[in-house]
Amino acid sequence: MSKVDLTQVRPYGDTLNDGIVQLSLTLPLPLSAEAQEAARRWALQSGFQDPKVVHSQDLGEGFSFFVLYARSPVAVDFSSIKVLKSSHKTLEKAEIEALISSKLGRKLVVVGASIESDAHTVGIDAIMNIKGYNGHKGLESYHQIEAYNLGAQVACEDLLARALDVGADAILISQVVTQKDLHLRNLTRMVELLELEGVRNNFLLIVGGPRINYELAKELGFDAGFGPGTFAEDVASFMIEQVLINRKGDHDV
Amino acid sequence: MTRPYLANKLQLDPVLIAEARTIANDIVAQVTPFIFSHSTVSVERTIVRMFGVNGVNPEGIPFPNVLVDHMREQGLIEDGAASLIAKACLHYGKNPQSLAEEIDRNELSLENLPDYPLETLHEMALGLALPAVTRIKEQGRNREAMIGSLGQGAEPYLYAIVATGNIYEDIIQARAAVHQGADIIAVIRSTGQSLLDYVPYGPTTEGFGGTFATQANFSIMRQALDEVGQEVGRYIRLTNYCSGLCMPEIAAMGALERLDVMLNDSMYGIIFRDINMQRTFIDQYFSRLINGFAGIVINTGEDNYLTTADAMEAAHTVLASDLINEQFAFLSGLPEAQQGLGHAMEINPDQPDAFLYEIAQAQLIREVFPRSPIKYMPPTKYMTGNIFRAHVQDTLFNVASIMTGQSIHLLGMLTEASHTPLMQDRFLSIESAQLVFQYMRNFGDEITFAADGKIQQRARETLQAAVNMLITIRDTGLFGALEKGMFAEISRSASGGRGLDGVFAKGPNYLNPFVELFGGDANV
Repeated sequence: MSKVDLTQVRPYGDTLNDGIVQLSLTLPLPLSAEAQEAARRWALQSGFQDPKVVHSQDLGEGFSFFVLYARSPVAVDFSSIKVLKSSHKTLEKAEIEALISSKLGRKLVVVGASIESDAHTVGIDAIMNIKGYNGHKGLESYHQIEAYNLGAQVACEDLLARALDVGADAILISQVVTQKDLHLRNLTRMVELLELEGVRNNFLLIVGGPRINYELAKELGFDAGFGPGTFAEDVASFMIEQVLINRKGDHDV
Repeated sequence: MTRPYLANKLQLDPVLIAEARTIANDIVAQVTPFIFSHSTVSVERTIVRMFGVNGVNPEGIPFPNVLVDHMREQGLIEDGAASLIAKACLHYGKNPQSLAEEIDRNELSLENLPDYPLETLHEMALGLALPAVTRIKEQGRNREAMIGSLGQGAEPYLYAIVATGNIYEDIIQARAAVHQGADIIAVIRSTGQSLLDYVPYGPTTEGFGGTFATQANFSIMRQALDEVGQEVGRYIRLTNYCSGLCMPEIAAMGALERLDVMLNDSMYGIIFRDINMQRTFIDQYFSRLINGFAGIVINTGEDNYLTTADAMEAAHTVLASDLINEQFAFLSGLPEAQQGLGHAMEINPDQPDAFLYEIAQAQLIREVFPRSPIKYMPPTKYMTGNIFRAHVQDTLFNVASIMTGQSIHLLGMLTEASHTPLMQDRFLSIESAQLVFQYMRNFGDEITFAADGKIQQRARETLQAAVNMLITIRDTGLFGALEKGMFAEISRSASGGRGLDGVFAKGPNYLNPFVELFGGDANV
């Protein structure tokens, strides 16, 4: 096999640089030979080469579904890509516990919620509930972490009040509903509230959710963002690392 | 699969099942006196709605809220809205809608009305209730007639969700789904509606993660489904969400507009929406009374327990909750044929033999509730953005469903972890379910389970654990059990949560004509 040129990377089907992609899409057209041709031309005009409609199906109500394979002539320069991401090292649960007790000398306090209109607890539960997710125990199971999971539909004000009340080191926010960018509005609201109250620097502010990544979180004014596939230890590792860094300027201890 | 489901493949002990029901009945009986002696602002607004009060004032506040708020402000609410409106109608000679509008403009008050004999008020209230009762009965007859002439899909019914936020876009999605094979269309509500202490008004085109439940939206979708039902030659059921702070009001709206299925759990709002438990128990009683009378199938939300707690460890909590939900339904006179008790397929698929344990659970719920149109929920917790794997997980769910004789089959979506369903996602899901159901139609009839094998053992253990849990709940009381976090590991306090300020003790002259009209308990 020839070597991959990292300055020109293309999708791989079964031969290097063949550029093969699979596409599935719906057109607002009843199924016909013309509709199939429309799907093919759509792919062509999108810049794909040799599009093949391998399946088409009428969905009723004047809609049709198509599966296509095509080749993409586009290559990306992988060697020039830089993605903003958290530089923390993910530790095991036991290591995190040891680090908190030896270096911090007190429990790490964390408050979490799914905020505003978002009624989904699945994200915050995966990180915070004792059982966690997929065998990765949640923050509530950490002896060295005092974790408060406030659940879903928690107003930003209530979340902040609780964080102040328990003297939280970190505020965790989950946002699952992303329709019409509702999550962005909710998250911005939280940052604005913290700034308005002059307490933004009192807390690590962390967001998680299926449509969240580190870069987006930083853009919104959060300290970190975690996307799909995140477990409690990822978040906990980041928190303890940051708290220890920030503590250098801490006069409270 | 035809109900009643008569097979006994799990070799469950019928005495133990009967005992479970007795205990669940005891648990419900403990809270019944409280339910019967109290009412809530949402129950009263429901009465007002069924007296024909509709619309919103110039500030957009629904007239049922205007009226009931007025009653509270005047300190009159303990007599109940029915009594107060009956009195005002007699005194002013006006209908309830005019009363509401004039009270809103401060042209009229319910304060200082002359006394009437209770019997007179009762008669008047029954008269005011009659048009709504007649319409609800008529809607029930319409449903029966349409099912009679058009027919309906076979169980498991394919239950598809639309959630665009725009009722008109929902119709396009729903019509397409019906043409593809859906039997039931559920219009998901806008996120957060459950916490509103009023029902939004009119057709709506903006929502988040769903579409607002309004009476106008119910009516618009009902008409669309009746039309597409004629086209495809089968009756299409409409589902909405009778939960949250306006639970009984939504029930009334659904009964008037001929919804067929309502999410209507006795405890879901307490656990997952932090709605006060006193408020919920009172509201669910009256909402189920309405649903029962209207011939609406309720669905319960036990599947949610397993998204929070672990499905292997918490399987018995689903059964225990189903049994409690069943007894609450009986308390409201809602028969088994209208009890869509919920459960779900949420075991981690990476666990060895997960499918056997899923079969054990699905078959257990089927055998314990042989006459109920039980509702089976697809995997959500262990779904990822790998839509291809997700489609396989959903296919296994389809297999489990047809094998174990489920009644209502909520279609799993390959994009469950990514976004609300695209039209093509729904199509692929329906196609998969139809393929499996056709392919394996009578598979369940042909197989038995190994005596004392993993499936039978697991089912028996779960039943026993559910009985043990019910005993503990009976000892602590349901309020105490919820405080301890026995369901979904979420703890709620009796005086916490939203909506407690809307609960009040009924006065000695309290009146609600719908309880007797809908066949409710004479002690209410």
